[in-house]
Amino acid sequence: MAVKLDLKSYKSDVHNNWCPGCGDFGILNAIQMALFSLKIEPHRVAVFSGIGCSGKTPHYLNTYSFHTLHGRAVPTATGAKIANKDLTVLAVGGDGDGYGIGSGYFVNAGRRNLDFTYIVFNNGVYGLTKGQASPTLAKGIKTRHLPEATLLEGLNPIALAIGAGYTFIARGYALDVRYLSNLIAQAISHKGSAFMDVLQTCPTYNDLYTKEWFDHGSEGQSRIYKLEDTGYDPIVHDANDPQEVIDKKLEAVRRSYEWGEQIPVGVYYKIDRPTYEDELGRRRPSLATKPITEIDLNDRDIEPLCNALR
Amino acid sequence: MGARDVTWLIGGPQGGGINVSAEAFARAMVRGGLRVFSNIEYHSNIMGEHSYYRVRISEEDRHSILDRINVVVALDEETLSGEPHPKFTAHPGHLAELAPGGAAVYDAAIKLDPREVGRDDLVLVPVPYLDILRQTLREFGKEDQLSRLRVMMNTIAVGASIAVIDYDINMFCNVIRDGFRGRRDIGEMNARASLLGYEYARRALKSDFPYTVHPKPSQNGEPPRPMLIRGMHACAFGKIKAGLGMQTYYPISPATDESVFLETQQRNYDMVVVQTEDEISAINMAVGAAHAGVRVATSTSGPGASLMVEGIGFAAITEAPGPVVFIWQRGGPSTGLPTREEQADLRFALQLAHGEAPHLVVAPGDPQEAFDDSFEVFNWTDRYQLPAVVMLDKYLSTAFWTIDNLDTSKCKIDRGMYWQPNGNPAAENDGLGYLRYQFTENGISPRSIPGQEGGIFWTTTDEHDPQGHITEDPINRIKMMEKRMGKLDLALREIPVDRQFQLQGPAEADLTIVGWGSTKGSILDAMAELSSKGLTCNYLQIRLLRPFPADGVAKILKAARRTVLVENNYTCQLGNLIRETTGISLDHEIPKYDGRPFSQEELVEALTKVIESGEKRVFVSHLSA
Repeated sequence: MAVKLDLKSYKSDVHNNWCPGCGDFGILNAIQMALFSLKIEPHRVAVFSGIGCSGKTPHYLNTYSFHTLHGRAVPTATGAKIANKDLTVLAVGGDGDGYGIGSGYFVNAGRRNLDFTYIVFNNGVYGLTKGQASPTLAKGIKTRHLPEATLLEGLNPIALAIGAGYTFIARGYALDVRYLSNLIAQAISHKGSAFMDVLQTCPTYNDLYTKEWFDHGSEGQSRIYKLEDTGYDPIVHDANDPQEVIDKKLEAVRRSYEWGEQIPVGVYYKIDRPTYEDELGRRRPSLATKPITEIDLNDRDIEPLCNALR
Repeated sequence: MGARDVTWLIGGPQGGGINVSAEAFARAMVRGGLRVFSNIEYHSNIMGEHSYYRVRISEEDRHSILDRINVVVALDEETLSGEPHPKFTAHPGHLAELAPGGAAVYDAAIKLDPREVGRDDLVLVPVPYLDILRQTLREFGKEDQLSRLRVMMNTIAVGASIAVIDYDINMFCNVIRDGFRGRRDIGEMNARASLLGYEYARRALKSDFPYTVHPKPSQNGEPPRPMLIRGMHACAFGKIKAGLGMQTYYPISPATDESVFLETQQRNYDMVVVQTEDEISAINMAVGAAHAGVRVATSTSGPGASLMVEGIGFAAITEAPGPVVFIWQRGGPSTGLPTREEQADLRFALQLAHGEAPHLVVAPGDPQEAFDDSFEVFNWTDRYQLPAVVMLDKYLSTAFWTIDNLDTSKCKIDRGMYWQPNGNPAAENDGLGYLRYQFTENGISPRSIPGQEGGIFWTTTDEHDPQGHITEDPINRIKMMEKRMGKLDLALREIPVDRQFQLQGPAEADLTIVGWGSTKGSILDAMAELSSKGLTCNYLQIRLLRPFPADGVAKILKAARRTVLVENNYTCQLGNLIRETTGISLDHEIPKYDGRPFSQEELVEALTKVIESGEKRVFVSHLSA
């Protein structure tokens, strides 16, 4: 059935209850624009989220939508993708969801290189529970809603993703929707585990990293700059050259520590490696052509198994 | 041998190869037309700790172990005499378990003083393992590989024990040769080693041994070979037959064997077994896969199940068709006894999530039931769109039964209700389109499969409306609670009664034994022994534990003269469940919580004591090593 796709095809009609001015709107719009630009039919997309404000994202999308548990969007998405490799699978969630309670899954998904996209809405705070510090808030920072400044170091998600083995790593900014949608489209198109950290403003609970803060550095400049504008090349051109792989990873990590007056966005790292599905298909040819969901599981003969015990 | 059963036991340090030897021995018995039941006890350890394998040999089917043994085959001194320097309590060794006139086969290097043994009835058979090993290696030109091939001392020891019981050594040698198919020279060398062990013992034996075992004479040619099957196998076979597409797991004793077995079969059956980073990932991956439309399971033990609970609630509130969680119980709480038997997770499994969430709990008691339940539970999760738990345990996993065949004739796959799009899905439900959580008469909403055109749905772990969007509306809440929880009532109405519970033995009996899960075998064997002594027993086995078949169970219990609960735990969890759901208190209870399964003797002793003393709670443990 050929239905003409437009941007609206990716929007649900559910009332959105995010705070006015929330950076999440930018990310939601960017996801919809990215899916539309790639012309992926909505019913071929499955989006998984964790818990928190960002967890509501799938409700606002017209795709197969799974609002899962706190920190568990990635494993749930992984299960669905392994079951049906033909689905376009996205996982979305907050920074507390992905780097705190879900950090084990964030890290291990990188090792698997399943073909899916994980987008983290990084605003430095726990919004829905009213403003506690998230894992990315740097040590000594005190937002208005924190009783005391944080005691823990903030973690670096880009560097962590490099260590975990993600094969596409990017950072976006929620309020530059057009650029963000382009990054998301690249992430979805990438064959392998794509990770995106999106700097997102929380106008209600993060009074430090605001739109104004991002837009105006100490000398009035925008703090955000695009990696590609500096001639940065994130792509590993020869995946079989271990030295190039290491060099590119180290450069990405180095850039990921830029913060404050100059914050780079764009693609930090990209390498083409066989995906988990490729490896499975190589070992079991039937899975190379068909998703498991379409394999006929009826009438399996277990006589050989029984006879092996005789 | 007549009606007498013989138990042969091999013990030694973990990692010493006793499993392979014991299984080869058991197979040799089965090829001779005999039936065996065997189990293994081992430590949570890779090398060195005491482990042992018991093989009970009989002419008829047996379903449990005996404490009393007839032959002990020792690969070390601890097997004979126990731990030399125990700080607290320790096992006394297996010599103490020998029946009058029993035999011990051991390394001649162990200087066992018959006076220290404290028994003059035993047949002591010291065998110079090392000399025989050297001779074998010399014959095969491998003298330089002595240290690498030390493990062959097992084969020598088993060969010697076969002389003691006067069995056919060729049957054992042939099993060894079959086991080394593809490495014929190693097979021959092992067969030779066992023959030399056999011949040595034969020469050394001075008197007639009272517990001989002989192959059953076969009528015409070689009889059909029965299967030697573990509960682990039966469960895995059931899952494969059910069309399992995916299994997730995180390594944990005693569940890992099953997942690893499935891994070996992935290629043959187009399955994917995924080892995850933890059990939380395992359950959530499985929930995602279930929603995506494959039959999916995860296998774990108590500690892993403790991590999985939020995922069970997730599956339940989102009405996922599965997953099926296989819980291989072990001694708890916490890390507890990782490799030992216990049935203490029943109450936990019944409330496997916070809040009120529907899920099924079933508990098979033997390999055929493990196969049947593992198969059928996938039909139920698809039909009722909920997660399910199959309760198994260490004993059921590792014990070997002799069966002729698995009955697969009743296997029929039913994937439940799918949504069938009409011409214009968008116009359905007054323009709302497809509703994943549509209210229906029986509470089941036909499901679409992600990827299916027109079938887009939303789902959330929050309470939700028929479309799957979040709502906190009280009217919707009432209807959704009734929809979800009502599926348990539906399941109880539809699941065949003989899959819910069964009364075995005479309809009227002096004693009605009540149990669940792997105690089945010990109960059946104890019943048979007691009935031969004039006490009639029957056995109410409960297999469906949630939803609980309270009415049917109550009817049987009300008609019973005297009831006794048998459970491998401390708090008598099934007894409490029965009291909670039926108001009936069972007359007696026999709990066992020493980390070991019930032996037949333990249960006979405890049941006899129930009758004779009338005590409410009868504790039993023969303190097996």
